[in-house]
Amino acid sequence: MLEATILTIITAATPLLLAAIGELVTERSGVLNLGVEGMMVMGAVAGFGVALMTGSALLGVVAAALAGMALALLFAVLTQTLVTNQVATGLALTLFGIGLSGLAGERFVGQPGVRLQKLDIPGLTDLPYVGKILFGQDILVYFSVVLVLVVGHVLFRTRIGLVLRAVGDNHGSAHALGYRVIAVRYGAILFGGAASGLGGGYLSLAYTPQWVENMTAGRGWIALALVVFASWLPWRAMVGAYLFATVTILGFAAQGMGLGIPAQFLSSLPYLVTILALVIISKNRLVMRANTPACLGQSFVPDR
Amino acid sequence: MRIELEKRPERAEIFAWASPLIAVALTVVTGGLIFALAGINPLKGLYVFFIEPFTSLWSIEELIVKATPLVLIGVGLSIAYRANVWNIGAEGQFTMGAIFGAAVPILLNGWNDPSTLVAMLVLGTIGGMVWGAIPALLKVRFGANEILTSLMLVYVSQLLLDWLVRGIWRDPKGFNFPKSVGFDGWQTMPVIGDGRVNLGTAIALVIAVLLAVLMSRTLKGFEVRVLGQAPRAGRFAGFSSERMVVFAFLLSGGLAGLAGIMEVASTIGQLQPNISPGYGFTAIIVAFLGRLNPIGVIFAGIVLAVSYLGGEAAQVGLGISDKTARVFQGILLFYILACDTLILYRIRLVGRAPAEARAHA
Amino acid sequence: MKRFVAIAAALGLGLAGGLAAGAAKAAEKLKAAWVYVGPVGDFGYSYQHDLGRKAVEKALGDKVQTTYVENVQEGPDAERAIERLARDGNKIIFTTSFGFMDPTIKVAKKYPNIYFEHATGFKREKNVATFSARFYEGRYVIGQIAGKMSKTNTVGYIVSFPIPEVVSGINAFMLGAQSVNPNIKVKIVWVNSWYDPGKEADAAKVLVSQGADILVQHTDSTAPLQVAQEKGILGFGQSSDMAKFAPKAQITAITDDWDPYYISRVKAVLDGTWKSTDTWDGMKEGMVVLPPIQNVPADVKALAEGTMAKITAGTLKPFAGPIFKQDGSQVIPAGKELDDPAILSMNWYVKGIDDKLPQ
Repeated sequence: MLEATILTIITAATPLLLAAIGELVTERSGVLNLGVEGMMVMGAVAGFGVALMTGSALLGVVAAALAGMALALLFAVLTQTLVTNQVATGLALTLFGIGLSGLAGERFVGQPGVRLQKLDIPGLTDLPYVGKILFGQDILVYFSVVLVLVVGHVLFRTRIGLVLRAVGDNHGSAHALGYRVIAVRYGAILFGGAASGLGGGYLSLAYTPQWVENMTAGRGWIALALVVFASWLPWRAMVGAYLFATVTILGFAAQGMGLGIPAQFLSSLPYLVTILALVIISKNRLVMRANTPACLGQSFVPDR
Repeated sequence: MRIELEKRPERAEIFAWASPLIAVALTVVTGGLIFALAGINPLKGLYVFFIEPFTSLWSIEELIVKATPLVLIGVGLSIAYRANVWNIGAEGQFTMGAIFGAAVPILLNGWNDPSTLVAMLVLGTIGGMVWGAIPALLKVRFGANEILTSLMLVYVSQLLLDWLVRGIWRDPKGFNFPKSVGFDGWQTMPVIGDGRVNLGTAIALVIAVLLAVLMSRTLKGFEVRVLGQAPRAGRFAGFSSERMVVFAFLLSGGLAGLAGIMEVASTIGQLQPNISPGYGFTAIIVAFLGRLNPIGVIFAGIVLAVSYLGGEAAQVGLGISDKTARVFQGILLFYILACDTLILYRIRLVGRAPAEARAHA
Repeated sequence: MKRFVAIAAALGLGLAGGLAAGAAKAAEKLKAAWVYVGPVGDFGYSYQHDLGRKAVEKALGDKVQTTYVENVQEGPDAERAIERLARDGNKIIFTTSFGFMDPTIKVAKKYPNIYFEHATGFKREKNVATFSARFYEGRYVIGQIAGKMSKTNTVGYIVSFPIPEVVSGINAFMLGAQSVNPNIKVKIVWVNSWYDPGKEADAAKVLVSQGADILVQHTDSTAPLQVAQEKGILGFGQSSDMAKFAPKAQITAITDDWDPYYISRVKAVLDGTWKSTDTWDGMKEGMVVLPPIQNVPADVKALAEGTMAKITAGTLKPFAGPIFKQDGSQVIPAGKELDDPAILSMNWYVKGIDDKLPQ
């Protein structure tokens, strides 16, 4: 039962984690993209559709990332080149993405999709207790973990990461030092779009292989909140995604046991626990301030 | 070829007025194309979407009904955002306002005179303030980021509402369906005219104007602007950014709560699990579309209302789906936001050849 | 502002003149409209209603013209959407969700010459009829199947919201299951959503890990059945036939077939015979349909089909006494059966269920 619960938690956490890591990179560059939900749902429909048409779940995964990126590109052109307001543009992007995905997905409704296969290594996957958890996941689960490590490394141990953070913390100085602020932000936004698209694709290819309109059901918003929860640190985003999923799943488990606690209270626990956890980690104000991108949400236009 | 922006020496006032018109023109062209592609007469399509909402008293009234909560929430948010306080949980404050205010007719059902309505509106405002105070205090006391806390509290408030109307606040005569008793008489907003427009619209307009005065004519407005733009300078001037966080949340939360109780006391007339089609989130767009200016927010609220009602009219009149209407709405918003750039910037197309074509967009 | 409105109105009138010619042609057709709470692409409740709308178009051809508005929230928008359809010249309007009840009544009073049909509500007017399906009949049948097929004697039941329709479904299921297996247990999880595939899948997996080997759902997505298929257990679909998604797991499904009702009601308007009625149809009338039973042994299939035949014939009533509540008190003695109002407003559980309902 513990093993099954952990497996369920991993599946529930992965789409949140993928989208959150993407948005984390975007925000580190100083850009706030509230269109995560829209990019996710586009990823979900594109991933499902391409997998259905080609029969390959892997191509579906690629398509999901590209679809998320396409929407992110639109956001980037608007907010970076045309310096529109980021918050409003992101919200409009979500409206747009939900509508467009519904249109694109009209003919996929009611069709069974292609499932992203889980790893099956003879010997290892069959190990008791840990076999399935460590060696029996689909590639996106492993990818999400690798992504956390890679993003963590790149952000804090490489020059690219240094430039990215510099751009997010003080775009004026970064520009004065000769960094191309807009180009860096374009890259970060596109990366965020790809990861959000993957998060959506995970829903329609692995979590629940099907397409229904609006199937992300608000997960993009949770991912956004998790970036803040993480105080813009990748490993904390992972903690946040798994914490949120764990409390959700335990709530269902408590209901199944018939403990008689109101379902609405159990359903609100993930949100309350996240708030509480944030309050606790926010006590260390120095760490919080050091990691909050100072230019978050501000547009940049170089003076000429 | 690429696009470059050049900062104007000063705000181009002409574009402050012209940019929405340019955006509409662009949307008309794009929309016409989309309709043509969908096999619909573009003229008819555009007519249904943009003109029809203004052609009958009924649809104008409905437009006003739809815009009212957006404006009321939007003006509160515009001031919070000016102060750099990121309240994105207005939807939750709206819900709590509805719950607090609705407690009056549900718990004291016999009370039905003008003071009932006053009590409902006051309690609704308090409900929104209470829910807004939580992220404010968590921010001031513990430094917890308000984007997360205010957003998460939205879901909590909706589940609380769900629990109430399915349980203790359920109408005893309602066959155990999830709704409260119906409100009537002074438990509802007085109607203006014979449609659904009610006193709430007047209240929203008065508040928008008052806030516009507050922002432009008072020290408090100056404080908001200074702390929003240059927090350090604000602190030197003796302003407290912590108090500003509390002020912004109480104001925007209170107004969202007021919008919440006004909505259940008018168009809905009872408490039920769904009371808002995302007003609290849409109002964020409204606030920015109105350039964080209370008067601008009024117009932005109308624009958003047109985009929703036009979409609905198009579903009925043209047989397009809700999805197409949503895409169209997105494009309209993109254009409006992009054209706003013209107020502060000149757009230059920089080609490989030195010939610089100045966009006359 | 006033001037702007005037200009806009003038512009509008000019355009309208040009369009009037096109509109005249359509006027001879009877206009019928539907209001849906979800997207037609939910492959569940709204999808099923929209199939009914399409069936009307197919059956009545040129005589009708149909329209729908989807994704209408059960809040301030509902009244406007319904009134818009009324103003648009529709003669009959179907509002397909419980939350549209009061708005439907309000609009109906303003438009006495238009017929309204509200699904699953209890308020009627001269020009407002109500209709719903006896879903619980199907739930009794699948309860029997589950009672026979469960080896762990544990059924996982995934539900949306505690409304009487859902509660009576749970009770009918339990009574059916207990009629063949007194030791059966039902584990209930509320996901607080009609469709959120991810959450439904999570709930399904949790229930399986707690020993359930049959999954029942009163939510709309195919996710729980997909989990059943993956885990090699059995389950039942909801709203639509979901066999395609879980060919090895779906035994049958409780589907809503609105086609005959919609066709007959629109026809009644055409013939001038429409009356305000209260329709609550079940298996007999073909409003509740169970697709062919599969993935079970022949004797279980025969038992279920026998039960369906008895319900159709009216000789078996799922809510026939004696029925006991959770606390052991008797609701209805042997020889009697619950009447419709009691079923329509059900907010208690039968004995043997250990979940709690909000009171």
